[in-house]
Amino acid sequence: MKARVTVTLKSGILDPQGKAIEGALRTLGVNGVASVRLGKVFDIEIEGADRAGAEAALKTAAEKLLANTVIENYRVEVAG
Amino acid sequence: MKSVILVFPGINRERDMARALRLVSGREPTMVWHADTALPVGTDLVVIPGGFSYGDYLRCGAIAARAPIMDAVRAFAAKGGLVLAVCNGFQIACEAGLLPGVLMRNAQLRFICRDVHLRVERSDTPFTRGYNAGQVIRVPVAHGEGNYIAAGETIARLEGEGRVAFRYSSPDGIVDPDWNHNGAMNAIAGIINDHGNVLGMMPHPENHVEAVMGRTDGRRLFAGLVDHFKRAA
Repeated sequence: MKARVTVTLKSGILDPQGKAIEGALRTLGVNGVASVRLGKVFDIEIEGADRAGAEAALKTAAEKLLANTVIENYRVEVAG
Repeated sequence: MKSVILVFPGINRERDMARALRLVSGREPTMVWHADTALPVGTDLVVIPGGFSYGDYLRCGAIAARAPIMDAVRAFAAKGGLVLAVCNGFQIACEAGLLPGVLMRNAQLRFICRDVHLRVERSDTPFTRGYNAGQVIRVPVAHGEGNYIAAGETIARLEGEGRVAFRYSSPDGIVDPDWNHNGAMNAIAGIINDHGNVLGMMPHPENHVEAVMGRTDGRRLFAGLVDHFKRAA
């Protein structure tokens, strides 16, 4: 099964990298960009077909390693 | 003082740390590999040194914080053992849950490598007993992710319990945004845990311990630790 964990910064956490990208987009003349926040995407292959089990395992992975929950939120999606 | 330095792949300040410890304590520290699961018997001090463990992949310190040796370090700290975590070590200690908060990308987005001034906030910890509270010391920093951030209630607790050990300041000890090199909340350069036995700091005291390095301001941190164990013995 294909799965994806998306990790994003919590709102209110300053994101200097996002700000720099925002500035660069403006320099490039890309119009209408109000703000940019940088996050991470993990594409993960899961063995077997146990969807609930995969979701639980990915939640553990996100809590234990993929995200730092002090500053980041995460979302787990398992492709159907 | 029997000290141990943890070694992770990508760490590069372990020899500077070993040199400082040898010089000040007169005893050779033991290097302990990240894949080990136990600390040597009789360890007094565990040092998590600076560098770029695992190439800063994922988040600075994130992978090292989950290394096998870290369970032993957490158990050691839980029993009151002293842990000194410098630079990448500070990032590892935060990721390992030994200290609260997280070190984010410097607010100015630049890697900073230069001497900075630190105001010592308290002198009644094993790590800062060699200094006077309010004293300003000058030590180097070398980091791209030293911008200390924590939730509002965590910062309030750290401040309320007097757990900020060092703050970035002017040479006169004035704390203001111009001297806050990386944008850290409340200009925090170093903190201690709730029991006062774990210190995390971004600057490198181990690099200013000999006259040949230009300054010796960092030496008293190590001398204070040696003194702490002499008194305890």
